[in-house]
Amino acid sequence: MSAITALKQENIFVKLLNVLTMMASRPSGLIGLFLVGFHIVLAVLSPVLVPYDFTAMDSQAILSGPSARHWLGTDNLGRDILTRTMLGGQQALVVTSVATVIAIAWGGMLGVMLGLIGGWLENIVMRLVDAFLAIPWILFLLLIVSVIGLGLGVLIPTLAFFYGIPVVRMSRAATQDVVALDYITAARARGESRTTIVKKELLPNVLDVLLVEAAMRWSWMLLAFSSLSFLGFGVAPPTADWGLMISGARSFMSFAPWAVLAPVVALSSLIIGINLSADALAKALGIDRAQKTPV
Amino acid sequence: MIKLFLQRLVLGLLTLVFVSGIVFVTVEALPGDACTAYLGRMATGTRLENCRRDFGVDRPALTRYAEWTLGALQGDLGMSLKRNKPISDIIGTRLRNTLVLGLSATLIGVPIAIFLGIIAGLWRDRPPDMWISTIAIFAMTIPEFVSSTLLILVFSAWLGWLPGIVTTPPNAPLVEFLSDIILPIIALALVMTAHILRMVRTSVIDVMASDYVQMARLKGVPYWRMIFRHVLPNALLPTINLVALTIAWLLGGVVVIEVVFNYPGLGRLTIDAISDRDLALVQAIALVLAAVYIGLNLFADLLTLVANPRLRTMRN
Repeated sequence: MSAITALKQENIFVKLLNVLTMMASRPSGLIGLFLVGFHIVLAVLSPVLVPYDFTAMDSQAILSGPSARHWLGTDNLGRDILTRTMLGGQQALVVTSVATVIAIAWGGMLGVMLGLIGGWLENIVMRLVDAFLAIPWILFLLLIVSVIGLGLGVLIPTLAFFYGIPVVRMSRAATQDVVALDYITAARARGESRTTIVKKELLPNVLDVLLVEAAMRWSWMLLAFSSLSFLGFGVAPPTADWGLMISGARSFMSFAPWAVLAPVVALSSLIIGINLSADALAKALGIDRAQKTPV
Repeated sequence: MIKLFLQRLVLGLLTLVFVSGIVFVTVEALPGDACTAYLGRMATGTRLENCRRDFGVDRPALTRYAEWTLGALQGDLGMSLKRNKPISDIIGTRLRNTLVLGLSATLIGVPIAIFLGIIAGLWRDRPPDMWISTIAIFAMTIPEFVSSTLLILVFSAWLGWLPGIVTTPPNAPLVEFLSDIILPIIALALVMTAHILRMVRTSVIDVMASDYVQMARLKGVPYWRMIFRHVLPNALLPTINLVALTIAWLLGGVVVIEVVFNYPGLGRLTIDAISDRDLALVQAIALVLAAVYIGLNLFADLLTLVANPRLRTMRN
């Protein structure tokens, strides 16, 4: 099935299924989808599956290696690492996926509007966007988090706001690419109303770009979220969180490497999975993203 | 061409003014000020009033903003209440250390990235490309703190070749950082190489598909001559800009890497300043980092202008 026929499908579920099939047709896309799916299922099911409570301390086994009782060993407080690794992605997944949806929604809408309206308003907003992009992400996040405080109520809006800014730029560019094309002119000449043009002609085309953008933003946000946790500005202990686990186990890693390696493998596999999926999605939708700068 | 560059320069300066405004407003809009942060729990009643009067925090925001930016233009970034020192003194050596780290990683990473990117582009979708691209995805996506931690685990904890944690004081001569800095450089160069490699690869692929390369091929130009004369100059030109942007964007990663290795640069200072709630220092660092970022962008513009004959010879 070619990309064109797949995208012509009206039914959104049929379209989604087609895109997924195309993504899975490459080995890297299949691996990516599998990793992301695995982590989502794990995050949902792990509260039932985990062998121990994530705060339960086993005083008989402190920093013990992998054994029958603790498959992945224990940390310096005798907590089961398998349990904590299985639960360690929950918060990160929830926070970053909610923030991604919000970021794409506001950034995408503003970008489409600016691309359509143009003029001085567009100029001013785009200068503002450029200025915001000149602030290193970590500095902005740390500034907000450190002064307002920790917590999901702060992290979600902050991530959603900051990572929505480059989306404005992307969706504006995508809109401008489409607006100049013949079929929009044709729709205008047919006398279609502005809302109809946006809904029927513009959005379906910009949506593809936004979808790929969402996958990318998701992976950057996950990186930002876990980096913040690692630095001690994210979720607070004793929550099971990969970033937090890695930073906590670092001091013992010469004699208890399993305590570091388990969350490292979990976090890396999720981020790599998202990136492989984003790559496959971009290829399936016919958008090449490699040339673009990370911002 | 000079006019074009001056235009970019003015735009860059305007952006910097914008950024300073945003940083100032952000810190201003957040609850608390330098004095409540400085005094902590003791920030009540007359003590707070006195502090605000002494340090001029009670004056209008606009006055303070003007004072701050004018001071920054003259190299005076204000005083750190927490550290009781002029901020430019604190930032000076830290900035040097970060620049040394960034510059070394760039000098090592960029040539490797260009070399591997060209190979991947020319052997597109064949084994060399598949290996390079797959490893690049790993290097690019794994968070810096994870790759740094793994580097320490392997080269410091297991093999014992290199120190995992920097213990050299911030203002020590550069020579003393020599063995400390190797692992941080590798960690930073890894991400940088992966990003730039992918851009070079795409660029090479694009140029290989262009009409003039097709033409050269049909004319019977020998393969490697075609690559060196037609493909590479055109493929590498647009990546200059992207390289500078990527390096600027990686500033965020530098902060994390510095913390992991305890490297005494600007990044670790940022974290320390934020932990201490030293807002004046945070503001100053934000300004310096933004200036570095904008400076890199300008540098990229200049390089592109110089390297592109169409822009170089452009009139008006």
